[in-house]
Amino acid sequence: MSHYELDARRMLCPMPVIKTQNLVATLKPGDTVEVFCTDHGALNDVPAWSRINGHEVIATRESDGEISITVRVGDSDG
Amino acid sequence: MSTQRKALSLISGGLDSMLATRVILDQGIHVEGVNFFTGFCVEGHTHAIRKKDRAKPKRNNALWVAETLGIKLHIVDVIDEYKDVVINPKHGYGSNMNPCLDCKCFMVRKAHEWIQAHNFDFIITGEVIGQRPMSQRRDTMPVIQRESGAEDRLLRPLCGKNLPETLPEREGWIDRERLYGFSGRGRKPQIALAREMGIEDYAQPSGGCCFLTDEAYSHKLTDLWQARGERRYELDDIMLLKVGRHLRPRPNFKLIIGREEGENNFLEGYRKQFTHIRTLSHPGPLVLLDGEPGADDIALAARIAARFSKGRDAEQVEVEITPLGAEARREHVAPMPSGEMPQEWYL
Ligand code: SF4
Repeated sequence: MSHYELDARRMLCPMPVIKTQNLVATLKPGDTVEVFCTDHGALNDVPAWSRINGHEVIATRESDGEISITVRVGDSDG
Repeated sequence: MSTQRKALSLISGGLDSMLATRVILDQGIHVEGVNFFTGFCVEGHTHAIRKKDRAKPKRNNALWVAETLGIKLHIVDVIDEYKDVVINPKHGYGSNMNPCLDCKCFMVRKAHEWIQAHNFDFIITGEVIGQRPMSQRRDTMPVIQRESGAEDRLLRPLCGKNLPETLPEREGWIDRERLYGFSGRGRKPQIALAREMGIEDYAQPSGGCCFLTDEAYSHKLTDLWQARGERRYELDDIMLLKVGRHLRPRPNFKLIIGREEGENNFLEGYRKQFTHIRTLSHPGPLVLLDGEPGADDIALAARIAARFSKGRDAEQVEVEITPLGAEARREHVAPMPSGEMPQEWYL
C-alpha cells in the first residue's frame, strides 16, 4: 500500500477532482492520496466524488487557506 | 439471463440530464455519467474566487446529480481539445461566443469514444427538441448523431417519442413507450416530471451551461483575440476573463483589476506571469497588465490602479510597480480622474 501526494493548489474546481480521479485510476485499493488544494469547493467536491466512486475520505485538514484531503482508494474500479 | 445493458449519460448538472438519466435507470439499464470540463463551465468558479460567495454552500452540480441518482460520474478534462470547437466552429456561434451545435457534436463524439473503449451500449442526453435555439432543434438533432459518429446509439429520453427509433429501442433494451415527447422552450413538463419522480432539489435552469453564452464574457474573449491578432487561448487566459474588472486603455495592453479580496487573492497566483501594480499608501486592488505595455503604458496603468484604490481622491498615491521579470520599484502617482477614463475602456 502506497501513499501519494497530489498538488492541486491554485487549481479551481473541478480540476482538483479531475486530478484526483486520474491519479486514483492508476492506484490500488488501500492506497492513499493526500490532495493539497486552495479552492474551498474541493471540500465538497472531493468527498462527493469519493462517495460516488466508492473511495473513502480519511482525513481533512485546513490551515492558512490551504486544504488537504486524504482519500483511501476503494475496491471498486473507480 | 439477458445481458445487462449499459448507457453513458451526459451529465451537465442541470435538471434535464438528471431526468433523462432517471428515465433510463428506471428501465433497468446500468447508467454511468460523464461530465466534460471545457474550462468555460460555470460550475463554481466565480463562487470559489469571490469572497462574498464563499459563505454560500457550494457544490459541483454534476457530482451532486450523480450522487442523488446513485450513479458513477467520470469528469473528463477536454480543455485542449475543446479549443478547436471554440475557435473554429463549423456551424458558427449562437447569440454570443457559444458554439453550441459544434459543442454538442464534440461532447457526444467524446462520449461515443468512451462507450467504445468501455464496452457500453449507448449514450443518453437530456436534450429536448426546441429547448435551445441552436443545438436543440428538430433539424440539428440528426446532425449531432451523424457528426458525433454515435448515430442511432444516441438516445434522448425526454423527446425520444418524437424522434426516429434508435438502436436501444429497436433491440428492446428500452421501451419506447416509456420515453417522453417533450418539445419547446417551456420548462413545465420537466418540472412536473421532476415532481413525479420526487426530485425536488435541482439546479435552476439557466440560459446555458457555460460562460460562452454570457455577453460580457464573450466580449472579453473577442477583445483578447483582437488584441493578440490571433484566435487562441490558454486555460489561464479564460480563467482570468472570469475575474476582476478588465480595462483596455490602449490596444497593446489591458488591466485586470481585482474587485475584492477574493479576486485579489486569486490574481496573486498569477502575479509572477505579468507586470503588476499594487498601491502602498492606500488599500487597493492588485492590478495585472496583460499584453505588452511600454513605459508610458505602465505609467498610465499606475494612475488607473491608484484610481481604483482608497486613495482615489488623494493627490498622490504611492504604488509599487513590478515589470515582468524585473525588480519592483516605488513611485508616487496622481490617481486618474474618472472623467478621463472613457467608458470604452471597460470591457
Ligand atoms: S452553452 Fe456552452 S457548454 Fe452548453 S452547449 Fe452551448 S457551448 Fe456547449
